[in-house]
Amino acid sequence: MSQSPPGSNTAAAAHSPAPVGGVGGPESPPTSNRAAEFAPAAWDADPDTDEMVLNMGPQHPATHGVLRVELRTDGEVVKAARPHIGYLHRCFEKHAENVDYPGVLPYTDRMDYVAAMGNTLGFSLAVERLSGIETSPYVNTIRVVMAELQRIASHCVAVGTYAMDIGAFTPFLHLLRDREKILDLFEWTCGARLLYNYNWIGGVSHDLPDGFVRAGRDLLREFDSVTWPELVDLIIMNKIFIKRTAEVGVCPPELAVSYDLTGPNLRGSGPPRDLRKDAPYCGYESYDFEVGVGEGKFGPLGSCFDRNWVRVVEMRESSKILHQALDRLETMEKTDVHEKVPKRVKPPKGEVYVRSEAPRGQLGYYVVSDGGINPYRVKAKSPCFTAMSVFHHLARGMMIADIVALIGSLDIVLGEIDR
Amino acid sequence: MDAKAIHDKLVGRFGDRVTGADLEAASPFATIATEAIAEVAAFCKSEPELAFDNLMCLSGVDYPKADPPRMEVVYHLLSYRHHHTFALKVHVPRESPSVPTVEGVWGVANFHERECWDLFGIAFAGHSDLRRILLPDDWDGHPLRKDWQDPDYYNGLHVKPTAQMAERAMGGERIGVGPFDFTPPNAHIEEG
Amino acid sequence: MSETQGLIQNRFGDGVLTASADQVINWARKNSMWSMTFGLACCAIEMMATGGTRYDWDRFGVIPRGTPRQSDLMIVAGTVTLKMATRIKRLYEQMAEPKYVISMGSCANNGGPYWRHGYHVLKGVDEVIPVDVYVPGCPPRPEALLYGIMKLQERIQEDRVLRRRELSPGSLAGATLDGWTK
Repeated sequence: MSQSPPGSNTAAAAHSPAPVGGVGGPESPPTSNRAAEFAPAAWDADPDTDEMVLNMGPQHPATHGVLRVELRTDGEVVKAARPHIGYLHRCFEKHAENVDYPGVLPYTDRMDYVAAMGNTLGFSLAVERLSGIETSPYVNTIRVVMAELQRIASHCVAVGTYAMDIGAFTPFLHLLRDREKILDLFEWTCGARLLYNYNWIGGVSHDLPDGFVRAGRDLLREFDSVTWPELVDLIIMNKIFIKRTAEVGVCPPELAVSYDLTGPNLRGSGPPRDLRKDAPYCGYESYDFEVGVGEGKFGPLGSCFDRNWVRVVEMRESSKILHQALDRLETMEKTDVHEKVPKRVKPPKGEVYVRSEAPRGQLGYYVVSDGGINPYRVKAKSPCFTAMSVFHHLARGMMIADIVALIGSLDIVLGEIDR
Repeated sequence: MDAKAIHDKLVGRFGDRVTGADLEAASPFATIATEAIAEVAAFCKSEPELAFDNLMCLSGVDYPKADPPRMEVVYHLLSYRHHHTFALKVHVPRESPSVPTVEGVWGVANFHERECWDLFGIAFAGHSDLRRILLPDDWDGHPLRKDWQDPDYYNGLHVKPTAQMAERAMGGERIGVGPFDFTPPNAHIEEG
Repeated sequence: MSETQGLIQNRFGDGVLTASADQVINWARKNSMWSMTFGLACCAIEMMATGGTRYDWDRFGVIPRGTPRQSDLMIVAGTVTLKMATRIKRLYEQMAEPKYVISMGSCANNGGPYWRHGYHVLKGVDEVIPVDVYVPGCPPRPEALLYGIMKLQERIQEDRVLRRRELSPGSLAGATLDGWTK
């Protein structure tokens, strides 16, 4: 059962013919001739050239999870890169068929675990559309608040780990510290720091506690005046960061649309497509905010820098939305958040595809119901899955160090890719 | 364009190769004859009034209890230019299913079709690289089919959970943890 | 270090401490456990938060290292899939003795929420490698992980380095897989 070429190893170049380490036992992988498939000849290369097959991952500090990238390099320049996924395939769709609708929600949380609020929101919207449930404006406002706070927190992780991959360790610590403050708010509301199971079908699980609005405003005040400007000054406008990212991984807009890049990945290449503006849900049409797009300031449009810049701008726009939403929460009529939550979720027979704007792109749920307690089929279209599909195109011709920059700029979360 | 107009356009071009439709559904769709799907997809993308330049999602669904038993491949399309969405469906038999690939129309179909092959066993004719994507290469079977049974072992590792594992996972009270209160917070709501 | 050797106790002036070799070695080992970053899934984010500024495992001596050759501790954080299981085993075997394993989160403990229908999920990482400490939670809070690290530190302190001890996992005495696989 070896899918890796012989001698593949987590660390640097592997060229030894026999598997390293490993006491042979009943469970050690038998050698097979799958190796022949990865020999340069099979990849249509001239056998006289000095090309190296290098393995990155699945355990790697910079692959953002268990991703394996198989690189065929000519020295330091990458000729071809093949991503291998599936190391975190946790059978979400099988579980969704065997538990009831509210029981699917915790599993959706665990797909994109960095931005868990968005996952449950998407699934709840899909089942609510199927069942014909309309949530009250109060619940919608809470959902918007949570989604935007989660967007800021998720982009903190994305930008922080991206900077760490590039080599700058400090922004990671700063952003994680600021993310902890957002997680404090989440924990205060629903008890969980990372995987909340918060957006339920028909409502949310816990009402906002008293003082939430004031605490939210304090957080935003600090975010607007300290965190965001510091982030831009420290890392985004940093000369080294710009040099590492601004000319690397350029994705033209037609390629982006054809390979279904969405969210910041698409907006970094130019098209200002944001689902919160194009097909709004949860009352997004009533908020005043702008859509960040890549501007090609320091290099060609659609580079890694542009995608990252869109995330940074999105953090600022989320803060704008949050200010408006918190203002509304103060004066809005509060309803019971469990009012429309059915005791038993049994949507009528039918199917629906609903998408929502998650921090990583458009997260879509295709839910097929046969009228029973359990869903018949749930397919989650994850934005990171489609982002990986364009990877081999963008990776040609760059240096090995730029592969790291490319993976980070696509902001992938393997839980979502593999589901 | 609304769903009816899109459907009319497809029927106008492909006639009886559009074998069915449900335009009142929450996500309207049209069923296409299997061998015509690549052509229909290309038309959907290139026709200026449709301009479906984006394939949002490609899913397989297994209907073993339908009459006749079938599997479906569902294509959800989006047009960025016109801001409309539509879905296409293709029916395939459950034994050796095969569908022409739409990889040439939308690049993202490469990954989606590999996943469909991996989890359902639907082969896509003409695909450049049809191999498993999520499961290991030497995995047997296609797990998302409705008649999937967990094997006991995979290369020496347990696949089907044993009774001992069930005990470990669910026997909280017996191993000294708990008792847990599983009443959900909305228990006071009337069933509705 | 509370125990001292009776014959040499208080024989020397200030500035000389006596202790047993076991204590000194264990003290050094437990306070400089370098972990291999083995974040697989959601627990990896909590592990990163544990390394962040609020919870900070660096004060316990834990520094994340990317390669198994330089690490003593492998924190298996997240769901182990069948595809990943052989890689985990290979990486565990590449670590040098003494090595310890913390299984973080319910997925690594026993398959977690995916135990029942997960055809591709390994029901507990202890099917492939021996585990020293199990930290429950989904995901466990950073404080829980720190508690698990402290528990492991207690265990290391009681270890006997120079005299063999039967089947104590992870120490020089006996981390063979024979006694630990089902």
